[in-house]
Amino acid sequence: MLNPISAAFKIAKKEKRPALLTYTVAGDGSKKQSLNILKSISENVDILEVGVPHNTPVADGSQIQTSAYRAIKNGIKINDIFNIIKKFKKSDKNKPVILMGYYNMIFQYGENKYINKCKASGVNGLIVVDLPWPENKNFAKKCKSKSIYFIQLLSPTTTNKRLRKIIKDSHQMIYFISMLSTTGGKLKVTPNEILKNYNKIKKIDPKKQTVIGFGITEKTIGKLKSADGLVVGSAICKEITRSLNNRQNPVTNVSRLVKNLKKKTT
Amino acid sequence: MKLKKGIPVIDQGNKLGFWGGKFGGNFVPETLKKPIEDLEILFNNLKKDKKFIAEKDKYFKNWIGTPTRFIKLENLTKHVGGAQIYSKVVSDANGGAHKIYNATVHCLLAKRSGKKVICGDTGAGYAGKMLSMAAKKFGLKCKIFMGAKDIARQQPNVKAMKKNGAEVVPVYSGSQTLVDAVSECMRFWVANCDTTAMCVGSTVGPAVFVRICGWSTSQISRELKVQLIEEFGSIPKKLKLYNCVGGGSSSFGFWNEFMDYDKKQCEFIGVEAGGPAKSKKHAAPLTYGSKIGILHGAAQYVNQNSDGQIEETESISAGLDYPGISPIHCFLKDTKRARYTSASDEDALKAYKLVTKFEKLRPSLEPSHAFFVAIAESKKFSKDTIVVVNSCGDAYKDKKILEQRLGKKYVKSN
Repeated sequence: MLNPISAAFKIAKKEKRPALLTYTVAGDGSKKQSLNILKSISENVDILEVGVPHNTPVADGSQIQTSAYRAIKNGIKINDIFNIIKKFKKSDKNKPVILMGYYNMIFQYGENKYINKCKASGVNGLIVVDLPWPENKNFAKKCKSKSIYFIQLLSPTTTNKRLRKIIKDSHQMIYFISMLSTTGGKLKVTPNEILKNYNKIKKIDPKKQTVIGFGITEKTIGKLKSADGLVVGSAICKEITRSLNNRQNPVTNVSRLVKNLKKKTT
Repeated sequence: MKLKKGIPVIDQGNKLGFWGGKFGGNFVPETLKKPIEDLEILFNNLKKDKKFIAEKDKYFKNWIGTPTRFIKLENLTKHVGGAQIYSKVVSDANGGAHKIYNATVHCLLAKRSGKKVICGDTGAGYAGKMLSMAAKKFGLKCKIFMGAKDIARQQPNVKAMKKNGAEVVPVYSGSQTLVDAVSECMRFWVANCDTTAMCVGSTVGPAVFVRICGWSTSQISRELKVQLIEEFGSIPKKLKLYNCVGGGSSSFGFWNEFMDYDKKQCEFIGVEAGGPAKSKKHAAPLTYGSKIGILHGAAQYVNQNSDGQIEETESISAGLDYPGISPIHCFLKDTKRARYTSASDEDALKAYKLVTKFEKLRPSLEPSHAFFVAIAESKKFSKDTIVVVNSCGDAYKDKKILEQRLGKKYVKSN
């Protein structure tokens, strides 16, 4: 069976638009709210990235940190996250879900147990921010054996030689970090420059689906439409924080934001 | 797992940077892979380069001031009535602590790589103060990340950093201490690694930073070896080296040159921060058997919960207040080359009082932890046992805490 991630890219391609990927932190603002957010944005999103909150995140900017710390403070545990995914999948079986987080959480859970639990909960892909290539080779293989995509990250600092090696080892989806930044940084390079790097990756292997993330907002998303997929994370976390601060319902506010994002990609 | 003889410990990691196959490594975001690789190539070349070593030695001698004193604590020895107690007064070094060695080497490396800015983390403020001094000396712009809690409790060092022209960035996330400062510094480097060099303030972080720091602080044991031979004619038959351990940079530097000696002759004792006697929180992952986890790019023993969230620590000493520990110390623990124990906040204060009562030495709260254990164990040792404590920092920075805990009068009189 085709991994639902690949199926989602196919549909987007057919509709001549980039796939829209969102990132929200599991358990933010509460377990229930984070599940409801997933359910309500699902119709406008092609692939859902769900963040596993960690308290020493070395690659996340302030928006995602705020969301992660809030979720941890609310008592979210790894098994709660698997339950959230499981419940979500009951309502929307075919929507692909990617778990994104830091390696220590997987290491403590046990690699094999983690992958099995992902499989049982309906997770389709994994991004591990601080497990780069080649350190991730073994883990990536384990994921593949369970038909879970291990998504390699590429960055503007990745050398050409390294690019080729990583792409060769990567599964069907690749994540390109748009610029030198933590998540949610202001776009400090032009969209053209980002696309130039993106095209370099596509040229090496046109068949692999490459998404661009970091610094993508309502303002910038329209300029990167030619990519296979675009990830919006911090802008959504920011909206959750804003809603909670203003005692508004984050579920409806985030839904509205995602609807807008979708509109700008079509 | 085995410690090899004849190979510097910093070079005993495998291809991926793991000591003993499991401690250390490079758990970093993809963006940092290239800058770390560049730094590795630069460091591996320069540490073999005679011209670079001569340049480093010149600054160590003329600017840092080497060697630092090696003194006998006659009165304390008499009072304790056991082993002969000595101290290596590393706080003599320019700036008042061992952090100057690593800071200087990082600035020299940054200059060679053409970087104009250097960023660093700090807990007690010494790493930050020294980096700001070295950056000023070598014409680099300097940015220091420091937890807001530490900024409040280590003001003298904060003032020094600012005076040296460094920007001190307060970190408000998490426990607002060293662990958060290191995270924030790494995040800054992720976003600015094209223009900025990073100095990790201890033997922690991705493997290359552990190596650079260990290489730099090893100056301490190089000096000590010469000084011991001058004093005793040879390396004493029963030598015990006590050092506090937070990240582990001063202790590693204090021990490195003695690594190949049998531990029956040269024993290493690392003293971690046990935190307040009544608190469950501590900063002593080796003493309390914390599990291996990943923190700041490296696998190490680290205080964490069952999910893998890093736990908050508590210690009177900002310099030891770190949930993890250098991968090299994990390696030394598991190969049984070094022994680790802890001292509480109260123990450290007791030792500070005792040392300052008998000697003209004012160890900061960090080495006071080591003094406590050294004094306690010295009582039981024979008179021909030579105990050396690394007094790696000066208590000037702790003035406020010492006044609060021991009374103004006491601190002033010393």
